[in-house]
Formats: sequence, structure tokens, C-alpha cells
Amino acid sequence: MALLQISEPGLSAAPHQHRLAVGIDLGTTNSLVATVRNGISVVLNDEQGSALLPSVVRYSEDGNVQVGITAQALQSADPQNTIVSVKRFMGRGLKDVGEVIDLPYRFVDSPGMVQLRTVAGVKSPVEVSAEILKVLRDRAERSLGGELVGAVITVPAYFDDAQRQATKDAAKLAGLNVLRLLNEPTAAAIAYGLDNASEGVYAVYDLGGGTFDISILRLSKGVFEVLATNGDSALGGDDFDQRIYCWILEKAGLSQLDAKDTRLLLTHSRAAKEQLTDHIQTQITAVLSNGELVDVTLTRDDFYAMTQNLLTRTLQPTRRALRDAKLSVEEVKGVVMVGGSTRMPQVQRAVAELFNQTPLTNLDPDKVVALGAAIQANVLAGNRSADDWLLLDVIPLSLGIETMGGLSEKIIPRNSTIPSARAQEFTTFKDGQTAMSIHVVQGERELVTDCRSLAKFELRGIPAMVAGSARIRVTYQVDADGLLSVTAREMNSGVESAVTVKPSYGLSEGEITRMLQDGNQHARDDMQARALREQQTEAAQLLEAVDNALRLDGDAILDAQAKARIQGSMEALRSVLSGSDHLVIKRAVEALNQTTVIFAQARMDRSVSTALKGHNLSELE
Amino acid sequence: MRVDVERASRSDGFFPMKSLDFQQDFFQLFELSPCFAIDNAALDQRYRDLQSQVHPDKFSHLSESEQRLSMQWSTRINEGYQTLRSPLARGRYLLSLQGVDTQEETNTAMPLDFLMQQMERREALQDALEAKDIDALDRLSDTTRQDTRDLVRQLGVQLDDTQDHLAAAGTVRKLRFLEKLAEEISSAYDELDS
Repeated sequence: MALLQISEPGLSAAPHQHRLAVGIDLGTTNSLVATVRNGISVVLNDEQGSALLPSVVRYSEDGNVQVGITAQALQSADPQNTIVSVKRFMGRGLKDVGEVIDLPYRFVDSPGMVQLRTVAGVKSPVEVSAEILKVLRDRAERSLGGELVGAVITVPAYFDDAQRQATKDAAKLAGLNVLRLLNEPTAAAIAYGLDNASEGVYAVYDLGGGTFDISILRLSKGVFEVLATNGDSALGGDDFDQRIYCWILEKAGLSQLDAKDTRLLLTHSRAAKEQLTDHIQTQITAVLSNGELVDVTLTRDDFYAMTQNLLTRTLQPTRRALRDAKLSVEEVKGVVMVGGSTRMPQVQRAVAELFNQTPLTNLDPDKVVALGAAIQANVLAGNRSADDWLLLDVIPLSLGIETMGGLSEKIIPRNSTIPSARAQEFTTFKDGQTAMSIHVVQGERELVTDCRSLAKFELRGIPAMVAGSARIRVTYQVDADGLLSVTAREMNSGVESAVTVKPSYGLSEGEITRMLQDGNQHARDDMQARALREQQTEAAQLLEAVDNALRLDGDAILDAQAKARIQGSMEALRSVLSGSDHLVIKRAVEALNQTTVIFAQARMDRSVSTALKGHNLSELE
Repeated sequence: MRVDVERASRSDGFFPMKSLDFQQDFFQLFELSPCFAIDNAALDQRYRDLQSQVHPDKFSHLSESEQRLSMQWSTRINEGYQTLRSPLARGRYLLSLQGVDTQEETNTAMPLDFLMQQMERREALQDALEAKDIDALDRLSDTTRQDTRDLVRQLGVQLDDTQDHLAAAGTVRKLRFLEKLAEEISSAYDELDS
């Protein structure tokens, strides 16, 4: 039993100090950063005291990048270089965003993800998002006074693999260590559930600026178990704005508008929508670039009527999620409302009607996701709180493989609890076939062409055999971030080849490296310094963990030689720890990890046999 | 002093589970006797206890090898839980432990009365879809649930009492039919809803 360590004020033992971690809500309209301070989750404000960072990025010719309020103020003046709602383009191809009419951008089609042409060059949505994340990272580091150990980034629950991968890439590009991608409704449930000590089945209805999620969770004794999730990753407040915008065009008899006027009227549409939350009608007045005056009055009833089918598009997924969870409306104890768009009275009314109860609106719908993410980040960083809890989340969309005839065969069904893995065996179609092409898709539809294509790769080197006698085992593994990796292996008579692919809708490691290098030398120095500090922190944590483990179990499990080997690796790591090359430290960390694998497994054997018998350690001592 | 395993693993920061041992079957993992009749509440509780110890969220600040072990264990426990929670999967799994293949893909020889009944159900489903008749769909859904309950009861007797593995394999194949039908009914609801 370790003695209590008492340290002087300000001299706390380094490995035990609070590790700085944040939760980031990377929203379509606004983004936020929160952290746990003194055991309480708080949103971090900027220097002007505002919590919400508008998710708007403006590129200037001189390479200057503005993010937030200043960029937002220029969105009508410089619409093509001011990117609004970039989240809608994450992990999306041009054909996916093609239906979004009247957006003032110059889209560039590119394999995988659409890109945007700006005065500062062609930008990928990942890069634009990274700019937003960088600002939040800086805000957090200034406010907390130190380097972040990592961040939990939230994503819509209904985001597919490509959109998740793109989000993770953006965080990497912003220099953030991603502790976890967390589903937004689940984050909200953590913040709400822990606050209210809730038990039972809850629905989280999350209508944001560009995405809609519905998640059904069971909360029980600190366990948050997602039973089903559904949604629409291209439906949100922006669509309500679009409806008003189209109505203005029709009402004022306008036709083709240029980019500036389009953005101007979209901005007015959004303001009108917000007005109608508290007023029964609102006046929309704007002067177009040709001097033409637009002056129309929109009533709440008209607004409700023109957005009725958008509401319906949220209620269908909600009923689906209930069916998938095998629950009826009566079994739902509470409905938590999340996302700024749930402020609209017609949304609250529709949800109340469907669930036959008044939805819970007693928390700030803009902040609850970031607050929940911060709580999760605090736990993942290793600053565990006394009261323990567990999160069991699911994948939103089935993962399949293309089979003969262009059909998708589902390998991991939607709403499977993650992490999850499933293997399926396939065989060759022709005699002597030595390669097989594997096409990974996501979605519920039967035809591959109706699903999202995530990756294609070939398994080569299959020994030539009669058709149907090769055994190719394809394994899908979804990790706790909801991200997929795929392995294919030929199982026959000891001949094996394996390929692991990460779906590449996001950026490859190489592309990220290039983008990071594209920054100036100063940024590069920063990065190296950062990598060094991160590596040093990781090394210190590992040394501490191994030290503790040796002290507890070393003599019981290891012989003198094995123990000496581990101690040797620890010495080697300590000797390079204060050096300036992070790669050298990394190698020493890996070496120590290697030497301790057997030890770790032996310890786990001991622990698990104890755990499985339902005993506790003290009974063994 | 009483220190439970979980607490101890926290303070010293090491993954508390051994490397994946596929020797241990799901019943052993969940501390249940290998019978069809199981205590669902005990299964749920055991599931939560196990995940509380192995879930990746508990190890994200530790070394890569421990994170990998945690993911593998957590995956395994999820698979075991899904297998034991569903009567069809549990029955199939129990039979596989006995070396009995349920031949769901290959054996299409079904009793005639069962096939006739299934054809009627599918026709009813088509009719309900064409008529956009939610009430008919509800009725069909109820009937399917009732049929499933009856077959599950039968499977329990075959597996736990009479030990008739061949008959049990037949019941599993029937249940698979009903599961597919239930999936189609669910899609039909989606279709009528949109």
C-alpha cells in the first residue's frame, strides 16, 4: 500500500497533478470548449466573455485567417472566402452537398471530400474545421495555463465513418490529441444524467445547426447505455433558414442572386427565425447590392407551415429509434432537448405531442454537449472522479461489404454496442483466382450504390485453388470512437495474408503531415516542442505505472532476470527523457512497452481470475 | 482494508484483464451455467460489471498495448452479451458448444405447415404495405411476437429438458425465419412512416 504523498503547495508530484483535458463541441453554427475545474464542468469563455465561438472561418489573400465573430461580421461582405457551416461538408463528396442550393461557395470536386476555393487557395473542410479547433485549443490553454493532455471532440451520433474520420483528422491538424470522439446526444445525457441522478429510459432529441440526432438511452446506476440512435446528418437549423430564404425570394419576386445577396438574405432569414421564437411575426428588411429594397413580413403561422415537413423529418427517425430500441413512447421517462434549434416553439410542441410529455428544457441547449464532453475528457485523461460511471455507445449505421450483384451484406448491424467486431468468411468465384477485391460500405440500403462507400482494397496472393475452396476471412473492427478498420485474411492451409485499411474519406496520414508542414517554420517549431512535451508526459506516465506495478506485483510474478530487464528498459527511458528529440523518447517508450507486455498479461491473469471469481484483492492478501 | 480490484487497478494504472482467452466460453465469462434458461438480470449485471473493468474509456491514458487489450476484451464481452441476450443466438451458441451445426444457410427442409404459415404471414405483410394499413401491420407484428415466444419456449424444453439437439436445431431454423420476418415488418413500418 503506497504511503500518502504530501507535497508542498505548488510542488505537487508531477505525475499526480491534474491533467488538463477539455471537451469540444464542434458545432455547425457555434463551437465551444469546456473543462472540469474543481470537480465541476464549466464552459471556457473567450477574453470578451463569450462562450460561443461562431463556426465561421474567413481566409484573406495575405494568408491571414479570422475565426468567430470577426469572420461572421464579414460573411455577407466576403461570402466566398468566409466559410459558414463547414460541418455540413465534412466527409462529404460534391454530389452529397449538391442538393444544398444557393450556397455562395466555389466548390471543387475532389476524390472523397468536396473542397472550397478561397482567395488563400483550395481548402478542405478538414482544414477549415481545424482553424476553429485551433482557436478553441488556444483559448483553453490560455485559460487553464498549460498544455492540454487531450480533448474529447463531439460528433453527431448519426455521423458515418467518413464524417468521424474527417473530424478526427481536423483535431489532429489542430494539434489536439483526441482522447475520444463522443456522440453529441450521449454527451448531453452525461451532463444531464449526472446532474439529475436520473434513472430510466431517456430520449435525447438533438437538433443543431446542421444535424439532427435522436438517441434512446437507459440510465442505470451510473451506466449510460445507448439502446438505439437515428437521425439525419444533413438536417438542422440551416434548413429552416433556407425555407425562409426561399420564401423571401418568392415573396419579393427575386430570381438569381449573387453570393453577397445570398449570404445577406440567409443572415436575415436566420434572424427572422430567432425572432419568431418570442414573437408572432417579424419584419425582414434588407437592401440588395443593386439598391433594391426587400421588405416583407413573416408570421409565425407561415413559418410553421413552410417548415412542417422538416419537423416530420425529425419525427420519423425518432419513431425508428424507438422501434429499434423495442420501446414504446410510454416507456420513455424524459426527453432531453439539445441544440439551439430546439428553441423553436414548433419543435418543442411536436416533440411534446410525440412523446406525450413536456420535454426537458431546463438546461442550456447550446452548452450541454460541451459540458458532457468535458466530464468524459476528465475521466479519459486519468483524473478520475470518485463516483464511477460507464458509457456504452453504439454505431448509428450498419457496416457492410459488397457481394455479388452489387448487394451490401451487413457485417455489423446498426445500433451494435461499440467496440464491436464481426468476421465473415468469403470464397473465390473463379478457378485459380489469386486476388479478391473488398469494398467496404455503410448504410441500411440493399444496393451498394445506395450506401456510402468507405474503402476499397484488394487482397492479393491468394494461392490458386478451385473456385469456392479459398477461405477469406474479413474482419470488421469498430473501436470506441466508432471508427472502423478492416482486415482480410486467407485462412487456407497456413497461407495467410492480411491487409488493414482505414477508410480514407478523411485525409491520409501523409496528407495531414503535408498540411502540417505547409505551415511556417514557426509553427513547425511549435509542433516539435509540442510533440516533445507530449512524449515526455507519456513517458512519465508509463514510468509511473510500471513503477507502481513492479512494487505491487513484481516479486510475485517476475523472476529476477525478467525484473532486471524491465528495470533496464526503465533506466534507458529515464536517461533520454530530458533530451530534445521526441523520436528517441518514443522509441524508448515503445521498448519499455515491449518488455512489459508479458508482465502486464500475467498481472491481468491474476486480476481477472480474482475478478471473475467475484472476490476482491483484500481477500487474497 | 478492503480494496476492490477496480480501485486497485486505478491507482497503479494497469489493465486488469488477461490477454484474450478464447478458451473460456461466454457462459463461463458471464458466470452462468450453460443452459438455455438464464437469469437475464444476472446477465445484465455481470455485463455491466465486466464492462466497468475493461471498457476502453478506463484505459485511454495508458499504453497502446493496454488500450488494445481493453478494446479486444470489451469487444469480446459485447459479443458475448449479444449472444446470450438473444434467445435465437443463445440457442444457436449452445448447440455449437455441443458440436451441432444449425445449418441455417444450407438446410431448407422445413415442415410443410410451418412453410405454409410463413407464406401466409408474408402475404399479410405485402397486403398491409399495399393498403398502407398500420393496424394490420400491428396485428401481424403481435402474431409474430407470439409465434416467437412459443418457439422460444419450445427451444428451452428441447435444449434443457429433452436434450433433443436435432429438434432444437430445427427450432433455431424456424426462429431465424421469424427473425427475418420481424426485420421485414420493421422495414415496413419505416416505409409506411415516410
